[in-house]
Amino acid sequence: MSSPLIAINDLCYTRLGKDTLHEINLTVTAGDFIAIIGPNGGGKTTLLKLILGLIKPSRGFVKVNGYDPRLHASNIGYVPQHIDNNLSFPATALDVVLMGINRKNQSKFRFSEKKENIDIAHNALQKLRVGNLADRKINFLSGGERQRVLIARALASQPELLILDEPTASIDTKGQTEFYELLQILNEELTIVMVSHDLMVVSSYVKSVVCLNRSMHYHQSFNSSSDLLEAFYSCSVEETCPVDLVTKKLHIHGEGCKHD
Amino acid sequence: MIDALQFEFMRNALMAGLLASIICGIIGTLIVVNRLVFLAGGIAHSAYGGIGLAAFFGLPYMAGAATFATGAGLLMAMVTLKAKQRADTIIGVMWAFGMAVGIIMLDLTPGYNVDLMSYLFGSILSVPTSDLIAMVGLTGVLGFLVLYFYRDLLVMSYDQEFARVRGVPVRILYFLLIGIISLSIVMIVQVVGLILVIAMLTIPPYIAEKYTHSLAQMMFLSILLGAVFIFTGLCISYNYDLTSGAAIILTASTGFICSQLIQKALAYRYMIRWLQEHQPGE
Repeated sequence: MSSPLIAINDLCYTRLGKDTLHEINLTVTAGDFIAIIGPNGGGKTTLLKLILGLIKPSRGFVKVNGYDPRLHASNIGYVPQHIDNNLSFPATALDVVLMGINRKNQSKFRFSEKKENIDIAHNALQKLRVGNLADRKINFLSGGERQRVLIARALASQPELLILDEPTASIDTKGQTEFYELLQILNEELTIVMVSHDLMVVSSYVKSVVCLNRSMHYHQSFNSSSDLLEAFYSCSVEETCPVDLVTKKLHIHGEGCKHD
Repeated sequence: MIDALQFEFMRNALMAGLLASIICGIIGTLIVVNRLVFLAGGIAHSAYGGIGLAAFFGLPYMAGAATFATGAGLLMAMVTLKAKQRADTIIGVMWAFGMAVGIIMLDLTPGYNVDLMSYLFGSILSVPTSDLIAMVGLTGVLGFLVLYFYRDLLVMSYDQEFARVRGVPVRILYFLLIGIISLSIVMIVQVVGLILVIAMLTIPPYIAEKYTHSLAQMMFLSILLGAVFIFTGLCISYNYDLTSGAAIILTASTGFICSQLIQKALAYRYMIRWLQEHQPGE
């Protein structure tokens, strides 16, 4: 049994008096492929940001590979939700991928790239089947192509963990199928955590599902579609979920995020 | 124009123009790709508050403006990092506040005062050699910092959130960037005036961005364009006896409009060619 890649313990996140995440406990082992689902405002993106170390938990802790991600973020590859950020930036697809390369021990004063880095970047682009677009400027790429370039950027750091925030928002149905198949291949080598809305598509590719609606339900390795439906309803329709009602009641009675 | 070079003031003006285009090309590129144009405007205007305070307390203008501008810049940077949604509004407030402080302090200062017009339009034709030396120094520091942090600046400018995940010290780098921007703006405002600074910080990088494939190329093309605009503007101003700052800005603006028209013309030509290649019924 390998040690957990992500360990989340008793995590609460509250902002402006709103309890966004409540007592989350989650252990992710290496090799998993997790989809985080849940309603808007359920805290999905917040949880990703906590794992990435972009924000600090109000209580509890997140550990990635045994370290606080706010201090050791270098073995996580991240693909953001908004892919048309800074579109007219003067950079080619290859340049964008090169931005992802791990440069901990590399000297400053560099305009030109080392050959080995360029090879890594080219390989990452090829893996995502957009190797032919390497010299294209980013604003001449389509949404789907740009997304692949951003995934290549995340892979360029050769991470153990890949985190994607609603990756299929800008891809059509056919593209989505290809995209998930691609993720499945990548999953052979690395752990994937992604936020997603389209549960039915997700169900045939992911290994486990986390339902997030302020509090969390974890469903590992479901087999039938009824398992899946149950998983889905456990977080999307509050009234049908007894667990959720209980936690909500506890919260109203003043337990909230105070604990210990 | 050649005979004009026998005058020291003209040589200094050309030198100041060249240095200003180098500084503006580098800083302006970073401002444009980080979308800090409004913030840069805010810094430039609020620096006037520093000039007013310096005049009132009898301190050197340069020191007053630099301190005030850097302070205002860092405050604006803090607001931008914390409250992204309304950062522009707060910058607008500080912009106006700095200007007003400057004018009131100058009102309260007895005796001769720097007037607002020379601050707005500068006087590139009367740059003293001491200012040129200061500009050379600033160009050196700027060049060093940008070369040293080039990679980190690149990653941060394209995607701040990703840069943080990648372990780039975004917060420190961002404050450092705003700090250099503040100092550069104060330096150049002193020489060429506030309005010219905004024009030189935005127009060359904006044109350059369309024709280049990397941040470094964009900086070089911006410097080149800036130098062309400044020298052409100075020539026009010398030959037709016009205000130098305004002549340079008009040249740059003309360049901007031409670049837009060329883009449109190219797009139109591509469309025509496509239509010819795709005749109906073939």
